[in-house]
Parts: sequence; C-alpha cells; structure tokens
Amino acid sequence: MPAVLEISGLEKTYRSRRRGARKALDGFDMVVESGQVHGFLGPNGSGKTTTLRTLLGLITPNGGRMTLLGQPVPAALPRVAGRVGAIVESPQFFPNFSAHDTLSLLADAGGVTKQRVVEVLELVGLRDRAKDRVRTYSLGMKQRLAVASALLKKPDLLILDEPANGLDPGGIREMRSLMRGLAESGMTVVLSSHILAEVQLICDSVTIISRGRRVAYGPVADVLAQHAGGGVTVRLESADDLSVAAEILIAAGARVTPDDDRLVVTNVEKPAWVTRTLAERGYYVSELAPVKVDLESVFLELTQTAPVAGQARQVDDSAVVASSQGGWGV
Amino acid sequence: MSLPKAEVRRLFKRRVTRIFLAITVIGLALFPLAFTINSKPATAERRAAAEAQAQREFELATAQFEQMRTECEAAKARGETGLDDRYGPDCGAGYGPQQEWFSAQQYMDYEFNFRDEFQPSLAVLAGILAMVAFVVGASFVGAEWHTGGMMNLLLWRPRRVPVLLTKLGVLVGSMLGVTAVLGALWTVAFWAIGRFDGQLGVLTPGVWQSIGLTGLRGVTLVLLAATIGFCLASIGRHTAMALGVGIGAIVVSEIGLRIVFELLRVQFGDRYILSTYLVAWFEKSMTIIDYRACNFVNGPCTPPEYVVTWQQSSVLLGAVLVLGVFGAVWSMRRRDVT
Repeated sequence: MPAVLEISGLEKTYRSRRRGARKALDGFDMVVESGQVHGFLGPNGSGKTTTLRTLLGLITPNGGRMTLLGQPVPAALPRVAGRVGAIVESPQFFPNFSAHDTLSLLADAGGVTKQRVVEVLELVGLRDRAKDRVRTYSLGMKQRLAVASALLKKPDLLILDEPANGLDPGGIREMRSLMRGLAESGMTVVLSSHILAEVQLICDSVTIISRGRRVAYGPVADVLAQHAGGGVTVRLESADDLSVAAEILIAAGARVTPDDDRLVVTNVEKPAWVTRTLAERGYYVSELAPVKVDLESVFLELTQTAPVAGQARQVDDSAVVASSQGGWGV
Repeated sequence: MSLPKAEVRRLFKRRVTRIFLAITVIGLALFPLAFTINSKPATAERRAAAEAQAQREFELATAQFEQMRTECEAAKARGETGLDDRYGPDCGAGYGPQQEWFSAQQYMDYEFNFRDEFQPSLAVLAGILAMVAFVVGASFVGAEWHTGGMMNLLLWRPRRVPVLLTKLGVLVGSMLGVTAVLGALWTVAFWAIGRFDGQLGVLTPGVWQSIGLTGLRGVTLVLLAATIGFCLASIGRHTAMALGVGIGAIVVSEIGLRIVFELLRVQFGDRYILSTYLVAWFEKSMTIIDYRACNFVNGPCTPPEYVVTWQQSSVLLGAVLVLGVFGAVWSMRRRDVT
C-alpha cells in the first residue's frame, strides 16, 4: 500500500531565553500507509502534537523531510490541505458562534457546500444542538464539533489528536465505529490517543514516540508480538510446590517471576521445555499459557513510563532511544 | 474558495463588532439629535421677539443707571465724599448703557450653521469611528488567535501571509464601508438640521470640496486606526496586546510626556506628542505656541511658534503603518502556531 504520510529525521528544537534549548523532536520517523487507522502514541511531552503541528505547517521544523499524500510539505501544503482534515490538541472554537456558524464559515473559506455542513453535523450527532453557541457545549460536544470540522472537506487523510477526549462511553464507541467506517471507505486515519485499549481495538498499525524519537512502529499485532517476550504462565497442581518449581526452572536457565498462584517464565525456547523439565523432577503442570501482552504494557515498557511506587514521575522522564539509522521512514 | 466572503461574514457575526457598531450608531445619533433640539431657525417672529427683549433689557439697564445717578447726585448734595470711587467720575455720566450693547442677536436662540459648524463635527465623527475601528480591528484578529480560530483556519488555508492580508483587507474594506455609510448619514443629518432647524450658509463648490477633503482625512484616520489595532493584536496574538499598547500610548504620550516636558520646560514639547500629529493631519497644520518665552509684564511680545504640518504627520503616521504591517506579516511568517 502506498504511504500517505511519511516523516524522516524530523527535528524541532524550542528555544527560550530563560530555559535554553529543548529538543521536542530528535530525528523522528513515521510512515502511515493508505487506508489504515494508525495509532500515534507517546507520553505527555514526547512530541506527538509537535509532530502533527509540524506536519500541518503550523510549526517550522529545524530539519527532516515530510510528505503528505505523496507531496513534500510544507512546500506543497496549500495543494494538499484540501485533502487533509485535522484536529490538533484540544478543540478550540469561537465560543459565541454556533456549531453551524463555525462550520459554515470554514465551509465558505474552503469552498465546501452548505449541504456538507448539515451532513457532518448529523454524522457527529450534533444536529439538534447545531444552533446553540459553542460556549454552552461540553468538552465531548466540542470534540464532536472538532471531528466534524475535520470531516467537512471529505479528506483522504484524517489526523485526529485525542478525539475521544471528553467523550462519554457511548461517544467513544461511536467514535470507534466512525473511525472504522471511515477507514473502510478508503480514508486514512491517524489517531493520537492515550486510551490505549481503544487504539488496540481500532488501529491497524501504530507508531510510539518517546522524547522526540520513534521507539516502536508497525502493525499492532507485530508490535505486541515483538514485546510478548515468548513467556508463559505456569500453574501446578499444588500451589505449595511453586517455590520449588521456580528454583528448578531457574537452575535450568529460565527467568522466573512469581505472580500470585502462578509463575511467569521467560527465556525459554518452547513451552514444552517447561513441562518436561518439571515433570522430570516430579512436578506436574496443571496450566501452561503464553503471556498475553496488551498495548498499554508495551507502551509503558517501551517508554519506561510505568508508575513506580513512591516516585512521582516527571513529564520528561521517559525512554530515550538511540537515533534511528533507517532513513526514509524505515 | 472565498476567504474574503467568509471573513466578511465572520467580522459582522462577531458580537464585539455588532455591539460596538450598535453603540456607535446610537452614540452618533445623539449628536444630530442634540443639535436638532437646540437649534432654532431665526424666523421673523423670533427675531422680532429678540429685538423686543433687547429693547426691554436696554430700557431696564437705562432705568437702573438713572436711579444710580439720582442716588449719586443726592449723596453729592449731602456732601458725601469718595463718590467717584463708587460711581465713577461725575456720577458715572459717561458710563451709561448704550443701545448697541443690547443687540437682538444676543437674545436669539442658538441656530446651527452648516457651513461653519459641520467641518469641526467631522473631527468628532472621525475620532469616535477611529476608536471603534481600533477595537474592532484588534478584536477581529486577536480573538481569532486567542480562541484557536486562526489555527483552524490555517489548517484549511495554510498560506499564512495571504490569510493575514485577506483578513486585514476585509477589515479595512468593511471599515471603509461603515465609515462611508455613517459619514453620509452624518452629513445628511446635519444638512437637514441646517436646512430645517438652522441655516445652511453659502455652500459653494469650494465649501463642499473642503468638506470632502476633511472627510477623506477622517476616513484615512479611521482606516489607519483599524489597521494599527489589527497589526498590534496580530503581533501579540491577543486583543489585549493592542488595547494595552493603545492605553499605554495614551498614558505615556498624552499624560506622562506632557508632565515631563512641562517640568523640564521643554520648548515646543507638544511636537513630541502623538495627538499633535493626529490633529495636524486632520486640521492640515497645528501651531504650537511657546508662551513661556514671553514676559508680558515688560510689554507686548510675540511668542515663538512651531508649526506641525499635515505632511509631517503623514510621514509619521505612514511610518507607524508600515512598521505595524511589516511586524504583523513578519510575525505571521516566522512564528510557530502553538
């Protein structure tokens, strides 16, 4: 599938007289293929919003290359802007205008028909509140309006920064089906979100960013598989035997972590090895299962942002990886 | 795509624009209303009544004077002294009221004269509209930045400078339209007052040309104010930036500098005050007179003068305009939208 979004070696340094220079993006790479729902994940302050703003021409990068829909940006941005719908960070609208006014002014500026305004208001569930002033909207309703504004121009590429922020559970589910529906209709969706379970459900592929660099990327299943570590959980007929079984496995070369009434065993080539090793010493396995990982645990592991008891993690305390040598998005 | 059309809609949909325009229209309407109420045409009846009142006042004053003279003569007959101090020499014989002191004109009601009074009224109109244009211009782009509207727009129209200049163009064009309409209504209202409640005076083509040129200078001032307000708010990305600079300029230039120059006895200190150049632009020139240079106790003295011309004003105001627009464009091009 052709890439609709490619970023290579993107760099951005914020300079402040008081705080000096701070690298927000440090050689960041990203590729999004056509027709996918792509999750863009990272801890707070990792450079997600800076990446999206840079891509959309709102921030000037210090280095790197970017293309949108095959066109180099920011140079070709005026040509492709009509095919890219985006919401960046929290939804911001003029509070005294109604949703209809807001969209209709954008439609005027972008040469979109008035009929499309009605369509997107219907699509995001704001039809009956379209004439109300935005200042009376809840965060979730503003979020819906933001999505509507991004959908207004029927984009080929939709970039959504935290679209589920402030939505109620029903709204989150609606947003999920909307994303899926849009992807099925051929639209490519880039979704930045902290609701990782949601991303795991919706997205085909992900990019994880930490401290301005890419730490993982690829299809969701691949990223999960890469970090599952080949571990297994082991239960014995008698829980009293767990400590002895752990000693046997460690002595045989495995890594073992006790976990309640089971052992988590890693560094083993095949699960059968565990069964055989224990059986040879007279201990019989009652349950043997591969360790399941989810996107959240992979995210926390890769970005090293898992909470540690007794420590208050600061926003910049996340993983730093060596700069990639992959070149143009690989 | 019609960005100008969208921006015109956006400008006039904004509450600040609507409220300020409504207040301006109501406020401006009060001026002709006040003139209508106060101005009375000099009809034959009113002139006759004024002449009769002038005659009555003259006769009353004469009677009072005669009574005073009688009292003075009586006191003189009683041998009192110091009467010259109280009544003047010869019991004030040469100080009696004169008929010409009591002209009918003094007792006539106020009568508006279009030819004499309309042009000064244009300064009031231009001043009010310039203030409104400054606030509306600042708010038009300042609120857009503050509420994220500008960012949303740039996602649709990524060419930043054309977007900014389109907004500025729409603002200037709209303010020109508003000024032209209100100026026309203002002219018609005062012409009607002159025609029906006062007098028009002799309106030669030269008079109309002079009114037209004054109006043109007023329009320029309004558009300049709108542009400067817009550019300041655009540089600061907030309406408050423009309002802060506006208030700061008034405090520093119109109050602070005046006090400092007065304390330091700076000759022609007003030539460093911003409003001097605004007045000179509108009035074609402004003469600053240094009365401190004269000691009138020693006899007549012609104080030195410094004339600020409209050409000097246009250079200064032009420089402010160029700096403002350049600053706004530079800021739009170079600064990140965060």
